[in-house]
Amino acid sequence: MSALVLDQLLFRWPRQAAPCLDIAHFEVAAGERVFLHGPSGSGKSTLLGLLGGVAVPERGRVALLGEDLVRLPNRARDAFRADHIGFVFQQFNLLPWLSALDNVLLPCTFSARRRARAGRPNEEAARLLTELDLAPELWSKPAALLSVGQQQRVAAARALIGRPEILIADEPTSALDAERQQVFIDLLLNEAAAVGATLLFVSHDIRLAAHFDRVVALAEINRAAVEIEP
Amino acid sequence: MKAVLLLAMKSAWARRLTLSIALVAVALSSALLLAVERVRHDARQSFGQSISGVDLVVGARTGGVQLMLYAVFHSGAATNNIRWESFEAIASNPAVAWAVPISLGDGHRGFPVVGTTPAYFEHFRYADGRPLAFAAGQPFAGVFEAVLGSDVARALNYRVGDRIVLSHGMAELGPEHADKPFSVVGVLAPTGTPVDRSVHVSLEAITAIHLDWVGGAPLPGLSIPPEQVRKFDLAPKEITALLVGLKNRADVFRVQRFINNFRGEPLLAVMPGVALDELWQTLGLVERTLFAVSALVVVVGLAGLAATLLAGLNERRRELAILRSLGAGPRDIFLMLTVEGLAVTALGTALGVALLTVGIALLAPFAQAQFGVHLTLRPPAGDEWRLLGAILATGLFASLAPGWRAWRMSLADGLTPRS
Ligand SMILES: Nc1ncnc2c1ncn2[C@@H]1O[C@H](COP(=O)(O)OP(=O)(O)OP(=O)(O)O)[C@@H](O)[C@H]1O
Ligand SMILES: [Mg+2]
Repeated sequence: MSALVLDQLLFRWPRQAAPCLDIAHFEVAAGERVFLHGPSGSGKSTLLGLLGGVAVPERGRVALLGEDLVRLPNRARDAFRADHIGFVFQQFNLLPWLSALDNVLLPCTFSARRRARAGRPNEEAARLLTELDLAPELWSKPAALLSVGQQQRVAAARALIGRPEILIADEPTSALDAERQQVFIDLLLNEAAAVGATLLFVSHDIRLAAHFDRVVALAEINRAAVEIEP
Repeated sequence: MKAVLLLAMKSAWARRLTLSIALVAVALSSALLLAVERVRHDARQSFGQSISGVDLVVGARTGGVQLMLYAVFHSGAATNNIRWESFEAIASNPAVAWAVPISLGDGHRGFPVVGTTPAYFEHFRYADGRPLAFAAGQPFAGVFEAVLGSDVARALNYRVGDRIVLSHGMAELGPEHADKPFSVVGVLAPTGTPVDRSVHVSLEAITAIHLDWVGGAPLPGLSIPPEQVRKFDLAPKEITALLVGLKNRADVFRVQRFINNFRGEPLLAVMPGVALDELWQTLGLVERTLFAVSALVVVVGLAGLAATLLAGLNERRRELAILRSLGAGPRDIFLMLTVEGLAVTALGTALGVALLTVGIALLAPFAQAQFGVHLTLRPPAGDEWRLLGAILATGLFASLAPGWRAWRMSLADGLTPRS
């Protein structure tokens, strides 16, 4: 079964004449690790919003794990996101006033399913943080006091806890230097592989694409973008 | 949802400094509003309860409110006295059941001295018709005997048998009638009325201590020792006011007309209830103005809260987007913000009630001493609950704006906050 299917998708931002996304078909197999790239402003984050169910397309199908998000009521979409998707972002990652460990545990407070799949959430969080190489003395520190690199690793642990089937990362490395970018990407790839999660990694920087199963340019699948270009 | 509320709490704790400033503003403003209401209520209560069973209060011609103020509340001074013959004429009117004279002007350590007759203890009524009761001792009989109100005895730690010296005039350090000390023969039980703050002596005593005085100062070279005063005529020549009880209440207008048209001298008779109503009318505008101003202060406090929450929203945009990515819906976000505002309002009003309690505890003795207003230390009651409810409702209303804005923001932002 495909982890993720987009079909005849059309999305337009409010008060915008041209659609932002017009995708005939796009599919990611379960366990596949896909690198999606496109220039800035091409609609990558917009697409992730649709996959997360925080935006709804004008028409078309957004199916995750066989569930058509478009047809779910709002509440159920929010719950689905909490249950099945782990997010890592560049621009924002952690609740700054919450300790690193509590940040990792957040998905378990929002989703009973993630909590159940984590087993003992506290131990699982500790295991993930250890695996991601974060020294235990940092765990109880407020996230705001961690370095950017440390924050990214806490964010990864938070995305991974409770083994969500789908991992979505939006430019999670752009605040890191080149060397640590690759380390972080390898870490995400390994973790995804280890739990058998589907990984959709979005970036405008094609140089990071090396270790992925598949590399897709948004322009290939997005007809709206093709139309805009001269 | 519980998770969201828990996070809202932790998030609020992280912003405790800004929020506590808003909270203090809400607390102070609601304490002010409650205090105005409490003082208003208790003032009416203590004035309204201070006299009952008296059909007419009579004094020299002046304003009705002024007459009540000095004759009953011992605040302010009479412009003129009444001749004793006038008292006798009124007391012997066939419609009058009893008349009690009152002579004011002296004091003891800031407490007013009331010259009267033993009939005072028999006829005076307060609250819903309760008579005066003695906590210790009995009414005065001799010339140099005094009966103390309960506050006087408590404040100055006096007991039956103690000796006290009266001073001329109400000033705490006025010239003293030191040569003629009084012994305390009785202490009254507390009434919550100006009686508690009065020192009661006989009319003869008032005459006696002024025998060797003229115009507010001792006569130089003349001193009459207490043993000798009985040789003089101690019958009072003037009194300040009198309280009148009628045989039949239906006669009140007739007797009032008789007194107001009294031929001997210009007199005024007022019905206590009517005079109090007049007092409320005078005070009503002040009360309403005070109330409106403090209600406005509450509104300003709550507007400050709304402004604090709204200003904080831009910094919290990331936080809201993170919560969204973790599964929180726009409704959760709305709830989070609104509940935060409501919680600050609720805590603020609770703190306001605490402040009010402390304030009342500190101010009650002062209000009692200066204005004869008995402020009660008690949990909110009646109208005060309604006020608290109104503050909470306004707080909820003020919190809806940030909640609504956060809801809109989280819908528009989705997972990507823009700042
Ligand atoms: N909330 C929004 N309201 C209106 N228009 C939006 C909104 N978010 C994005 N857009 C528009 O949609 C288009 C795609 O934006 P998007 O953020 O998806 O780009 P992106 O590919 O993620 O860019 P980047 O690589 O810089 O993150 C842009 O033209 C942007 O102006
Ligand atoms: Mg983007």
